[in-house]
Amino acid sequence: MSVPSPRAADPTLIASLVELIRRTSTVLPDDVVRAVTAAKTGEEAGSNAAYALDVVSTNICLAKDKSQPLCQDTGSILFYIHTPVGYDQLAFAAAAETAVRQATAKGYLRQNSVDSLTGLNSGDNVGPGFPDLHFHQWDQAHVEVKLMLKGGGCENVGATYTLPNPKFGGRDLKGVENAILDCVLQAQGQGCGPGILGVGIGGDRVSGMACAKTQLLRLLDDTNAHPDLAGLEARVVQKANQSGIGPMGFGGKTTLLGCKVGALNRVPASFFVAVSYMCWAFRRQGVDLNADATIARWIY
Amino acid sequence: MAVISITTPLTEAVTRNLKVGDTVEITGRLYTGRDAAHHRLHHGEKPPVDLAGAIIYHCGPVMVKVGDRYECRGAGPTTSSREEPYQWEVMRDHGIRGVIGKGGMGPKTLEGCQKYGCVYLHAIGGSAQVYAERITRVDGVDWMDLGSPEAIWHLWVEKFPCIVTMDSHGNSLHKQVYEHSAKALEGLKA
Repeated sequence: MSVPSPRAADPTLIASLVELIRRTSTVLPDDVVRAVTAAKTGEEAGSNAAYALDVVSTNICLAKDKSQPLCQDTGSILFYIHTPVGYDQLAFAAAAETAVRQATAKGYLRQNSVDSLTGLNSGDNVGPGFPDLHFHQWDQAHVEVKLMLKGGGCENVGATYTLPNPKFGGRDLKGVENAILDCVLQAQGQGCGPGILGVGIGGDRVSGMACAKTQLLRLLDDTNAHPDLAGLEARVVQKANQSGIGPMGFGGKTTLLGCKVGALNRVPASFFVAVSYMCWAFRRQGVDLNADATIARWIY
Repeated sequence: MAVISITTPLTEAVTRNLKVGDTVEITGRLYTGRDAAHHRLHHGEKPPVDLAGAIIYHCGPVMVKVGDRYECRGAGPTTSSREEPYQWEVMRDHGIRGVIGKGGMGPKTLEGCQKYGCVYLHAIGGSAQVYAERITRVDGVDWMDLGSPEAIWHLWVEKFPCIVTMDSHGNSLHKQVYEHSAKALEGLKA
């Protein structure tokens, strides 16, 4: 939830957050660019799939050069913030709202926040749930801010499965794998593939999907520390890429650029598999902040 | 791949000539129209523009007002399947000849394309700048009360590239790929 705050927001923090939003919206992170580039070499010359990835590559360069959004759907605005104990979260929330308003006025964000009951667009991306702030404390002395902009097309094709299910199997990694691949099948090209999946096994309907989304904060080329999950991630990508769905659902060899899986404990009665689909325009970036709220380091 | 140049408004002869797999470049007018606009048309509201021979673009652009005019800062396609309940009706009642979007559409739309001589043109999702480059002017806007992304924007485009993925002869690339991939994944089940 967005938290209305009477606090005066720090202008330096606002400026840092506007820059974080600008860069997230306009520059694809290096790990994603590398994956897209690798996918291009795998498609047959002259195919629709190769055409789609050529357009994608051109778009990545144009967006960066022009400092304009990669995708017009600048999506849900998801901040993941780690703070030292005692940090003023209400002041951060005020700064984030102001930064979002400024970034919207500058055209880094589309006017994307719509009242679900009246259909009215707030025009400034601020409203209940906009921006979406996830605070966590940590033992480090600095503030870390990660941001994901997640478009509606890919968000719509995400799904939560419950196991056992006669179509997918029981409460084991085989059932999980089949459920994940069903999500890929149903998504086809509608989530702007080649996609990246974040998956949460277990938890409840909220925590499972939250786990799935935070998996998307991992680097695409990392390896899951849990060997069973690492194996599952590799199998899902390999099988999805044999499905023939291909970039944009045109047919082709690259359907997924990655799959990242986490697991939470569950209650005995439940076994959820939450799948969050991310489009190729995988807009996530992050910064470590200095004590004066200037940007110390870019994370991705 | 040979590129077929087409200009708006489209005639039935032009759309009937297009086949799945063709690459086209559009010059002329595109009207954006997505969820709220289709819903409104479905409820019988008169369109604010003449849609005969027109191409509807499933797109909610990023627009910034500079002085008294709008600048387009990004304009890629949005997912078309949400208009599946309405699109055939817009073909029947208003005579559109083309729809641009992404992800393809279903059997009602495919049937509408056959019956009314319309074609589905696929743009590459997430590529807002590639398409914004082909928009040379923003000539107007209607239904702004729906909010900027849902409004009907009048765009003038030059050589706007698309691939035909559903034609007026009953062919759909999306149907083919779905059937093929469902079979392939069934065979790969754990």
